[in-house]
Amino acid sequence: MSFDLLIVSCLAYVVLLFMVAFAAERRAKQGRQEWVRSSLVYTLSLSVYCTAWTFYGAVGNAARSGLEYLTIYLGPTLVLLAWWLILRKLVRIGRTQRITSIADLIAARFGKSNGLGVIVTLIAVAGTTPYIALQLQSVTLSFAVFTQPSGSGFAPTDPSGTAFWVAVGLALFTILFGTRNLDANERHHGVVMAIAVEAVVKLLALIAVGVFVVWGVADGPADIMARIEASPIATWELSGARWVGLTFLSAAAILCLPRMFQVLVVENADEAHLATASWAFPLYLLLMSLFVVPIAVIGLDLLPQGANPDLFVLSIPLSEGQGGLAMLAFLGGFSSATSMVIVAAIALSTMVSNHIVMPIYLSFQKGGATIAGDVRKVVLISRRTTIIAVLLLGYLYYRLSSGAEALAAIGLISFAGVAQVLPILLGGLFWRGATRTGAAFGLITGFTVWAYALFLPSFGESGVISAAILTEGPWGLSWLRPQALFGIDGMDPLVHALFWSIALNTLAFCAISIITFPTPLERLQAARLVDVFAYTAGTRGWARGTVETEDLMIMTQRILGPSEAQALFQAEAERQGTAGYLPDASPEFLERLERRLSGSVGSATAHAMVGQIAGNTEALVEDLIRVAGEAQQILEYSQRLEQKSTELSRTAGELQRANEKLTALSVQKDAFLSQISHELRTPMASIRSFSEILRDESLTDGERTQFVTVIHDETLRLTRLLDDLLNLSVLENAQVTLNIGQGTIAEMIDRAVMASGVKVATPVLRLDRRKRDEQIVVETDTDRLTQVFINLIGNAQKYCDAAEPVLRIRVSMLHHDILLDFMDNGSGIPSDSQALIFEKFSRLTDSASSGGAGLGLAICREIMGRLGGAIDYMPGQSGAAFRVRLPMRAVQAA
Amino acid sequence: MGKRVLLVEDEPNIIEAIRFILQRDGWHVSSHSDGATAFDILSATPPDVVILDAMLPGRSGFDILREVRDTDETRNVPVLMLTAKGQVKDRELAEHYGASAFMTKPFANADILATVRALAG
Repeated sequence: MSFDLLIVSCLAYVVLLFMVAFAAERRAKQGRQEWVRSSLVYTLSLSVYCTAWTFYGAVGNAARSGLEYLTIYLGPTLVLLAWWLILRKLVRIGRTQRITSIADLIAARFGKSNGLGVIVTLIAVAGTTPYIALQLQSVTLSFAVFTQPSGSGFAPTDPSGTAFWVAVGLALFTILFGTRNLDANERHHGVVMAIAVEAVVKLLALIAVGVFVVWGVADGPADIMARIEASPIATWELSGARWVGLTFLSAAAILCLPRMFQVLVVENADEAHLATASWAFPLYLLLMSLFVVPIAVIGLDLLPQGANPDLFVLSIPLSEGQGGLAMLAFLGGFSSATSMVIVAAIALSTMVSNHIVMPIYLSFQKGGATIAGDVRKVVLISRRTTIIAVLLLGYLYYRLSSGAEALAAIGLISFAGVAQVLPILLGGLFWRGATRTGAAFGLITGFTVWAYALFLPSFGESGVISAAILTEGPWGLSWLRPQALFGIDGMDPLVHALFWSIALNTLAFCAISIITFPTPLERLQAARLVDVFAYTAGTRGWARGTVETEDLMIMTQRILGPSEAQALFQAEAERQGTAGYLPDASPEFLERLERRLSGSVGSATAHAMVGQIAGNTEALVEDLIRVAGEAQQILEYSQRLEQKSTELSRTAGELQRANEKLTALSVQKDAFLSQISHELRTPMASIRSFSEILRDESLTDGERTQFVTVIHDETLRLTRLLDDLLNLSVLENAQVTLNIGQGTIAEMIDRAVMASGVKVATPVLRLDRRKRDEQIVVETDTDRLTQVFINLIGNAQKYCDAAEPVLRIRVSMLHHDILLDFMDNGSGIPSDSQALIFEKFSRLTDSASSGGAGLGLAICREIMGRLGGAIDYMPGQSGAAFRVRLPMRAVQAA
Repeated sequence: MGKRVLLVEDEPNIIEAIRFILQRDGWHVSSHSDGATAFDILSATPPDVVILDAMLPGRSGFDILREVRDTDETRNVPVLMLTAKGQVKDRELAEHYGASAFMTKPFANADILATVRALAG
């Protein structure tokens, strides 16, 4: 048989598949899905589990390891027979939540976490790549067998070239049928149908070879049984651990493999199909495995030593001259390989596109992603690119690991990789307490252990992990040897890696889940998925689209008020052309209504309310969560308002106090101005009056002199008053610059006596001083201190009412202060007035004498305050007595 | 003997000026500078006109005015209120208590003479 004929047959077969797929798509589009979507097709599509590995490898496995190959069928059989336990739940969740892939399921379960989706996607890619390489390898090998009819080995002229073209062809087919259109549920009728056909072809092929072997080569079943008894297969010891491990692995694989999830869950059209598949698929697997041992035994008997047992299915018919049968077997293997690659590529492209490419694309498209057409195009492009990339990866892996392992080993490595999703999947389905963080930790832990203990060593000792590390461990740490972790040696490498990766994965997942808290969305999703049957049971009977417009009206009235609601509905009724004022509850109207309501109650609430009446309960719980979120925001907002209002009332209080203070100040100012006015007008009244007299009258010289003197004195009084005012104003308000200098108390009193004019005034005020005590050098503002003395001496002169007025001045030291007492021999100040004398214009009203402005003592008090001292009235003396206290600071004895 | 004016005022120079102006016009001017005793002096021999300063030591001029108006013997005595504060409030207060006339310091000599003449009628 020529290689060219083989190629032509292959192409013809592919064209047939194209036609089948195309026809199925057309039927589905025409709505005639009954046949396309039957439980038979569903069951057959599950056979995507049986890849070239099972087709060719099972025989090879049986030839090498006896009945061990059965484990690969045993796991899925157990899972399907117990379909109501896990599969039914998976399918129900997949349908109600519109799950598109296993990554999508894990992401949805753990609060729609795209991070988890990415991790699962990466694991799936890593776990599937070797498997795709395996398919390429098997197709390449089978081509090689045909080019070397002896079947004694393989030496294809250009195996990697064949593999490359096979990869290209598969990519093309997958793109054509896997990404023809974007269905919301990601269902691919054409592909599923083509795979069902392939399932039939590979089953027929294997059975045909089996029948030929049993009845054509051997002499019927009895002879075969005898041959089996005599062959080494019967003597194989079964390792219990490996059996359990492999059964577990294949059971995990059927749940976690992306392609199995695709056909089992995503492509499922009816839950009832699952019940059929639960017995029909194990039956299919049984038929597939029925002739494995006979073929292996005959192959070992018939073919020369060293022939590749993985290819017995092909090489036996060839060596017996059965070209047609060999061709059928070849097509069976080809079907196995292509169906696996196609479905896997579709599943992976959905995952990569949804969880990696689209999030990145959308993050670059801020706000621009609203044009649906554009996004659809991007999705298609990203899926097609991903398909090409996945096949390219598989091809590269094939080139890298070519010939390193037998077919079965590569398949098992793949299985173990994707099995890392199992603990998270099962935990997510049955344990509400599982959290996102726990899932992430579990996945990463399991995947890391898998990569380190199984995947990387699979490249061989010259590969990524060196022989030294394999035998001695990294950095000489023997307990970290990839194939003997924690010092547990002697285990089968696969079982060893599987045990540790799943154990540590589960441990991390459970432990982290227990110590972390799920977010509200995670809780919600956990409830919806774990109790999926309770959630979906009641909603089945909803008749959609039968929205009661009256109910909508009542609700709208509650929110918008009757008149506005009626206007809204009436306008809509007119737009629809409906008689009356109640419009039909069309989707457009519901949308408009929701937008309108969201202006009043927030979008989430509006959506939930409309949804409740419209019976769209699917998204209701999620909406309620958003409602709660909005309520939370409103609560926070009102708290902020409350806080602001407290601040405002505090500010208002402060303002009120400030206002009261200002009002008090204003009253003080009015009183002060009134006083000033009085003090200024009084001398001015005298001046004006006398100047008028002087102007108008003929006066005696004596009178004239007298009146002019009055005017002169009153002018001086005015000037003094203004000086005092200015002084006080400066002292009270401005930043007074003190002119610090040195001087003795005696000098300053001398100056004050001179300035106050005591010597020339009448009656003469006698000063009683002790100059010896006054020899104290003071470091202070000497001019201002002198001013205080001037005022005190001046007051004594003006107000002392004794016949022979005397002012005693005494200087003494007390602790750190200098005390200066000014005491006259007059009648003193009445006790009820003593508290007032230092206030402005408090010139005691019973004092008959004129001239004082009442500012002197106020000025003294201000000055002493500035100098760090004080001035006080001393009651209980014979006359008016003032004590000036000056601090010792910068003071020393002369 | 001319008519009598009682000047209740505590500023010596102002007393001097008013006394000069009125005496030259033939008035008999007596003065008193203590608010506390002013009413006793006034009511003992009510003058023809009283010139009353608002701010006095001992008792406020407004207070004295009120008593003058509340007392039968002095109710009809014309009173000219003088004040140095010059605020509207003081004028209103003076009118309220029944002042016959109101003048602020500084004043024009001619005005005070004319007012006193008018009050004595």
